[in-house]
Amino acid sequence: MERVTVKVCTGTTCFVMGGANLQELHDIIPKKYDDKVELTASNCLGLCSINWEYSRAPYVKVNEEVVSEATVEKVIAEIERQLAKQ
Amino acid sequence: MNNSGQTIHLKKEILVRIIKAFFSDNFERHTRLIPYDMRPKGMEVPYRCCVYKERAIIKDRTIAGLGFPIEEDDETVSLADYAKQALERKEISDKNLTVLQTACKGCATNRIYVTDLCQGCVARPCQSTCKFGAISIVNGRSVIDDTKCKKCQMCINACPYKAIVKISVPCEDSCPVGAIKKDETGFASIDHDKCINCGRCTAACPFGAVHERSQIIDILKAMKSDKKVIAMIAPSIIGQFPGNIYQLKTAIINSGFDDVYEVAQGADITANTEAKEFTERMGNGQNFMTTSCCAGYNQLIKKHLPEIKPFVSDTKTPLYYTAEIVKKEHPVAITVFVSPCVAKRAEGYDNRNVDYVMNYEELGALFIAKKIQIAELDEGKYTVEASKQARNFGYSGGVAESVKKSLKDEDSVKPCIVNGLNKDSIKQLKKYATDGVCEGCNLIEVMCCEGGCIGGNATINNQKTAKKLIDNFTQNSEDISKI
Repeated sequence: MERVTVKVCTGTTCFVMGGANLQELHDIIPKKYDDKVELTASNCLGLCSINWEYSRAPYVKVNEEVVSEATVEKVIAEIERQLAKQ
Repeated sequence: MNNSGQTIHLKKEILVRIIKAFFSDNFERHTRLIPYDMRPKGMEVPYRCCVYKERAIIKDRTIAGLGFPIEEDDETVSLADYAKQALERKEISDKNLTVLQTACKGCATNRIYVTDLCQGCVARPCQSTCKFGAISIVNGRSVIDDTKCKKCQMCINACPYKAIVKISVPCEDSCPVGAIKKDETGFASIDHDKCINCGRCTAACPFGAVHERSQIIDILKAMKSDKKVIAMIAPSIIGQFPGNIYQLKTAIINSGFDDVYEVAQGADITANTEAKEFTERMGNGQNFMTTSCCAGYNQLIKKHLPEIKPFVSDTKTPLYYTAEIVKKEHPVAITVFVSPCVAKRAEGYDNRNVDYVMNYEELGALFIAKKIQIAELDEGKYTVEASKQARNFGYSGGVAESVKKSLKDEDSVKPCIVNGLNKDSIKQLKKYATDGVCEGCNLIEVMCCEGGCIGGNATINNQKTAKKLIDNFTQNSEDISKI
């Protein structure tokens, strides 16, 4: 079974626009999913500059899916979807 | 306080756009276009009835971002004109909060209301419990006469069907001193004579109607001038941005400032001075002393709690000492205090060594507008490294701890921590002042925001994570020197 990868953007835009609150994922994910999910903090993913007009930061990538206006709940929901696919 | 959610996102986005407009080839034109850029023709309307209302409200929010009071806007002045006036402005205002009153329309007046759950029972406990004769029975159901009701809520507790409810107005409920009220017209307004600038209402309003009047344009103008502009960052900034505070120094300089000082540097002086004063006061037989570094608490003392003044430490705030040092070293520089606090705007206004105040949201917006990636920057150095205890000043308990650690006899300090000003804690403080005693304690630390400054209204990070990041960072800092 492949691990689900979660990349949290720690670029300044994402962090300031709400991404700071996503740091809770570092506590939640290992507890909830053990080694089934790999969580990394990533430098700017570049999504804010492409999509700035829609102001959808913060962004998180779960496998290849982009979660915009990400919250802890939205990221967990996407992880569940990806796990269900396997 | 709540630092996420759509209204905060919206406020930050507007700040970014104002700053981008400032640095564009045509500030006035680009400011005028902010509502249209954010809600372009044909866009699906996210919150309100139509795109026109959305734009009108974004315009109002932009007025606050430019530093003007929304209440005084008569709708005929364009954002381009406001931008122009902001550029020409020489003075800032001492009124720090402004209310977007059109947002208040969606919010019912604060009252006690009998719902359809009322069974019209025979016992009528609501009627017999009301001391003001405000409840009568009409068509077999209870009805409250609002002119007689004192909102004591006795009837709510008396009704066995839970049929009576209090309709809340979040801004009014959140205000610890009754300074914000919805008036007969249904609009909320702030009584600035009563307001202690705690900023609760900005966080409490679900419509995001209460705004800080930003000084960002004044700060950007100062950067464009030939004067040095120096940032003084509050201790609570640790953990509010990506990277560490050394990378943050580089980021702040890249964003247009000339130098950065840690206000924790002044916190070391505050802690040592306060410890000395504490020993003197205890020696003179005083029962307790309270801290004096919280700007919200200082406003409370001035406006609502003068009786506690004799017990309040005369020691100045960390900002006071830091700004004094900066102005001594750079007499003609412009100083900007960076914090998550509305009340510090009032303190800054009253202190001639502090020229402007900006909050973490505004600094974040400046970084975004300037495309600064903090986590990828090299580290800068601070001329003076602050102590561990001084860097912990921004959370509840941190100030009392620093006073304790400043003394050789640490056990002489018996702290009482007031973690957040609300109606109950204010009542408690009043009692300490009138009794002249705080049982079992001799040092009362007061912080206006729950959790301390890390719970301030313009924080970027949530309190729990912020506290953890501060502790991780400061465990490698030196201990405070003893007096």
